[in-house]
Amino acid sequence: MKRVLMRGNEAIAEAAIRSGLKCYFCYPITPQGELVEYMARELPKRGGVFLQAESEVAAINMVYGAAAAGVRTMTSSSSPGISLKQEGISYIAMARLPCVIVNMMRGGPGLGNIAPAQGDYFQATKGGGHGDYRLIVLAPSSVPEAAELVGLAFDLSDRYRVPAMILADGMIGQMMEPVALPEPVDPAEIPPRPWAVTGAKGRPKNVISSFDLEPEGLRRMNLVLQETYREIERNEVRWEEVETEDAELLLVAYGTMGRIAKTVVRLAREEGLPVGLLRPITLWPFPYGPIRALAERVKAVLTVELSAGQMWEDVRLAVEGRTETPFYGELGGVVPSPGRILEEVRRYVR
Amino acid sequence: MSVELAIPRGYTRVFSRPAALSEAGFTYCPGCHHGIITRLVAEAIDELGILERTVGIAPVGCAVFLDRFFNCDFVQAAHGRACAVATGIKRARPDLVVFTYQGDGDLAAIGTAETVHAANRGENITVIFVNNGIYGMTGGEMAPTTLPGQRTVTTPRGREPRSHGYPLKISEMLAQLDGPAYITRQAVFDYPHIVKAKRAILKAFRNQLEGKGFSLVEILSTCPTNWRMSPVEAGRWVAEEVSRFYPLGDLKDTG
Repeated sequence: MKRVLMRGNEAIAEAAIRSGLKCYFCYPITPQGELVEYMARELPKRGGVFLQAESEVAAINMVYGAAAAGVRTMTSSSSPGISLKQEGISYIAMARLPCVIVNMMRGGPGLGNIAPAQGDYFQATKGGGHGDYRLIVLAPSSVPEAAELVGLAFDLSDRYRVPAMILADGMIGQMMEPVALPEPVDPAEIPPRPWAVTGAKGRPKNVISSFDLEPEGLRRMNLVLQETYREIERNEVRWEEVETEDAELLLVAYGTMGRIAKTVVRLAREEGLPVGLLRPITLWPFPYGPIRALAERVKAVLTVELSAGQMWEDVRLAVEGRTETPFYGELGGVVPSPGRILEEVRRYVR
Repeated sequence: MSVELAIPRGYTRVFSRPAALSEAGFTYCPGCHHGIITRLVAEAIDELGILERTVGIAPVGCAVFLDRFFNCDFVQAAHGRACAVATGIKRARPDLVVFTYQGDGDLAAIGTAETVHAANRGENITVIFVNNGIYGMTGGEMAPTTLPGQRTVTTPRGREPRSHGYPLKISEMLAQLDGPAYITRQAVFDYPHIVKAKRAILKAFRNQLEGKGFSLVEILSTCPTNWRMSPVEAGRWVAEEVSRFYPLGDLKDTG
């Protein structure tokens, strides 16, 4: 297959257009500027709608509108902007609308900086906005994987009527790698949306809402969400394992850190250290089962993150005391070298 | 189901429910002008024959149940975000007729940015802006449009502009922009004004059908419950006080 050299942000944009994206709404923020620029240049040419909104709040509500109208729609931003979108995402989740949200995470809290970080894990995987809801969260660790996961995000979001998030950072967004882009989706293959607001012609009216004043009614709406989430947990857990067969120390890392951890595994193996890696690809649904199974036979599970230990909580929930669960994290946009992590690894295996 | 009464010989039916309205009863308080305004919007949809391609956006506030009242497709928006949601729908499906129906707290406080920028982009949508100068649904708090001196639960000694800010004349603000096609202020406190308001609503929808862009009809409304007035007193208050502060008429019309 032909491969082209692209930045992560551009590859995500191109993959989204090839996935049948019709409406893209955005607000500028670094480090996802190339995604916005690419969309502005390419999407209108290819029959889509590009609109720069007045705020992240407006952009996500435009996504809500376009999703309600039944088209494939997307927005992208970075951490502080994603915080602003949480209100809209909560409404979208309860209204059961499919859409894709890209978060090119940066250092936080607050304005933070624009360096790679993974401090938005809680926000992405535990709901983020108000109420009991989840997003399908996909975490690419390379540019080709980012392009691949965009199509999956649209497909899963459509299938389950749950918003999907691509969670990456400026490292993935701005580095260039060869990418085999997906073939454009045949519009006929995009699932029909009989629930969409397209005009009540020859059918009863459709109402898109997240509202029911009656507790019993709202409970029922919540139960539909929860049943959907259980189904997603059963069917859609994705992860990658590297050298786990004989591992005595299991690394767990995702995204940019997952990529660095792969190098760590190689370096460790060169030293004869029995180290393996489990890299979650879906952060929600989280691969609790696969981590639990490996925890039965390793001496320790070392979580490595660009945060103060957000995913670590899920790893510990998976391990449930079966083995040691040490943690190594960096903060503020500091990205540790493989050598630095290797030092950490040597503390647990020899 | 409603019971269709037979018209006795020699009589003519002069009043019936617009086809755009469902059987659901309104949830508005007695004497509130929302009921009149909601009906006028329904009549306009009927007269233009656009029911099957209209999508309404319900706000947060007293019109939160709007989707029950109408027979067209509806989307419930977050507080203040109706114009952004309408933008998303209209951009995705330009053939649809998209209208928002928002109160003053929704449109002129929490949703100011979404309103101003939708207007400034000249989004081809219709906005029905119901201004009763108070947050009705939440219990009568000060709104951006509350008159100076007006008592609310959050201005118990009356709105004092130096501390609480001045009433926001959002329609006058929007009329300064290049984007909007039509900005008008109407009222429905008596029959002649109801007729004029209806004409303005029809025009705001026609503008959208003709692709002219953003049209907003502000309608001065009552809140007898939270104004602590009888329906008659509330109507008089709009006629004598509110419409003096917020003059009626067209503020912008690009024709």
